[in-house]
Amino acid sequence: MIKTTSGKRVLLVLASIILFASLLAGCSGSSSGGQGENGKKTVTITYRDDGIGEQGAMYKWIMELSKNYPDKNVEIKPTPIQASEGDYFAKIALALKSKDKAPDIVTEDTFILNSDASAGFLEPLDDRLKDWPDWTDGSFIEAMKKGVTASDGKVYGVPYNTDSRGLWYNKTIFKEAGLPEEWTPKTWEEVLDAARTVKTKAADGVVPIWMNMGKATGEATSMQTYEMLLYGTGGRLYDDSTGKWIVKSQGILDSLRFIETVNKEKLGPPLSKVLNGQAGNTATREYLPQGKLAISLDGSWITGNYLENGAAPWPEYKDVLGFAPMPTSNGQTPGSITLAGGWALSIPSNAKNKDEAWEFIKYALNKENSQKLVTASGNITVRADVAKDPGYTQMPFNEIATEYLQNAEFRPAQDKYPEVSTQIQTMVEAVATGTSPEAAQNKYAQDVTRIVGEQNVIEK
Amino acid sequence: MSSLTLNSPHRKRNTYTWLYFLLPSIAIMMLFFIYPILLTFFYSFTNLALTGESARELKFIGLDNYTRMFQDPAVRISIWNTLIFLFGSAVIGQQVLGFLIALLMKHKNKLFRRVVGTIVLAGWVTPEIVSALCLYSFFGDNGTLNAIITSFGLPEVTWLFTVPMLTIILANIWNGTAFSMLIFQAALDDVPSEIEEAAVVDGASRWQILTRIILPYIKDSITTNMMLVTLQTLGVFGLIYAMTGGGPGTSTTTLPIFMYNQAFINYQLGYGTAISLLLLLIGIVLSLFYIRSMK
Repeated sequence: MIKTTSGKRVLLVLASIILFASLLAGCSGSSSGGQGENGKKTVTITYRDDGIGEQGAMYKWIMELSKNYPDKNVEIKPTPIQASEGDYFAKIALALKSKDKAPDIVTEDTFILNSDASAGFLEPLDDRLKDWPDWTDGSFIEAMKKGVTASDGKVYGVPYNTDSRGLWYNKTIFKEAGLPEEWTPKTWEEVLDAARTVKTKAADGVVPIWMNMGKATGEATSMQTYEMLLYGTGGRLYDDSTGKWIVKSQGILDSLRFIETVNKEKLGPPLSKVLNGQAGNTATREYLPQGKLAISLDGSWITGNYLENGAAPWPEYKDVLGFAPMPTSNGQTPGSITLAGGWALSIPSNAKNKDEAWEFIKYALNKENSQKLVTASGNITVRADVAKDPGYTQMPFNEIATEYLQNAEFRPAQDKYPEVSTQIQTMVEAVATGTSPEAAQNKYAQDVTRIVGEQNVIEK
Repeated sequence: MSSLTLNSPHRKRNTYTWLYFLLPSIAIMMLFFIYPILLTFFYSFTNLALTGESARELKFIGLDNYTRMFQDPAVRISIWNTLIFLFGSAVIGQQVLGFLIALLMKHKNKLFRRVVGTIVLAGWVTPEIVSALCLYSFFGDNGTLNAIITSFGLPEVTWLFTVPMLTIILANIWNGTAFSMLIFQAALDDVPSEIEEAAVVDGASRWQILTRIILPYIKDSITTNMMLVTLQTLGVFGLIYAMTGGGPGTSTTTLPIFMYNQAFINYQLGYGTAISLLLLLIGIVLSLFYIRSMK
């Protein structure tokens, strides 16, 4: 009697464990493998949706291509990730790792492309690229290929847009302050002098020069501000010949001193506005259009905000704004400098339909289609043939922003870069809030040494 | 001895029954609690990363994450910030304020208790991220607080920039005081009114009644509440992340924010897990301290 009850109990326990386990197994799920009904193959494209969903230029572009795509056996499906820029990188890293969740095509920022490539998340494309005439016949701007080449020398994506950086300035304020409306400063001192003039002559409350200087603005602080300065001194972040990170140099000190001067002489924005995650938007969507900002060191893409369907429509921007190249520190060759970033289409190693994905990339990034995308999103093209097209050059500032790419530099293709970049932001913010450039550099040197290891740093 | 042998078959069956009943909960605990902790412990000795070369193969790096942690000045700053935040918002704020509200509400009429109780509870029932957004717009540059003070002709203050730690402490107090209030209300209701009345008859002052009768009587509730509030506050992330993002600079970077930055901004998951264990350790040490000190 007792035996049967306990037997029943054991059964009961076993049954509940099995049920429980099957419940858990249900959680993991499985996906279809990209083979749709009626034998169609599905190619999924993952990109960052910054919250505007089906109104986004990327979504509209993919849908249009999907409709016109000649191979009717392939269905193109957008699978956006809605996230802030920082979260997007973490989310795609998780998706790329997974055999089930990896898309067939992913949009990669050139900033993270090398890290994802070293992690083995992406498929090298060299073998496919060599048979694609567009890639080999010079249709793509040669300098742009550097941005998608990882540290192992292989190419992991096809770029579709890029950007350049420079000094946006408000011609109305410049006129008021008695500065030239066509402005091309030759040295940093000329930039500072213009800012000083604005401070004394322009209306009260006008910010002379805005640069992102906080940790909260992340990569914008590293790239638009610090690296634009550092590379303009002739300095670099990473020494390619020795393979070491440069942690102390005159260039670093000079760059920090520029930031120090801007803040000491109160030429910059109030710190409460600039050390804030929204700083970039405050400058481009409020201060600049409202005529409260004279000079802004920022990216070529900010005009995207001013288009009719942008975040802060401002039709007059074409006439009010000017875009001057950022000079080198003392006007030394090459005279001006820009850092270039941009995005690429890559194929994840875990993608299910790699061949179909590649065919689609070739179609999507041909001259006609890639031009459609950059025009709609207000970006700069990576294709030399698009750059010459009248439809492209008629967009205000496109020609000039593309021209700056001649002296374009890319961030080091090193997978420690994202971590070093955080230290750059800490260093810049420290100087902006009153730490001396020397002390900030010392701390940067310590922190970077701890991250990359003592054998991988160098002082210049 | 003889009784033991006599009972032994019965006893054995009891042991099994005990196991059967506990098995599901043990399984769940193992799966969702013990296993992740062991995994965290394991990962903290590896170079686990979200992307980059170390994401390709998992390697044991011994105590590297821990030595890095102890050398990292940012960790010390974060621990310090965590303690200030903890002390300000949990110990002083929620605990003392919660107790005072509960004490003042004792013996008051029902309507008063209900109105005050509801107001305090509003902060508690609001989800963390919602209250973070509310308080962000309260303390923001063009926020409610500035609108109020400028209407009195006072200058605007950039609260989130000038006194960021104070704003998140106040936010957490607003968000969490109701919990302490509820615990103390229940505890105070248990203090027998006869003892208090007897003390009044003996000529005890209100202060003496509070320190000699009420506090000793509810000291277990104080310990329990202190521990719960401490552990809750140690883990606060959303509130701080949404209000200040840990900034400006590192002024509100508590350990959870620092951990998130390391794991998901710098992609160093291994280092992040080591920091999470430090946080766990701090929680354990503080809990032990409370238990000891109240004995």
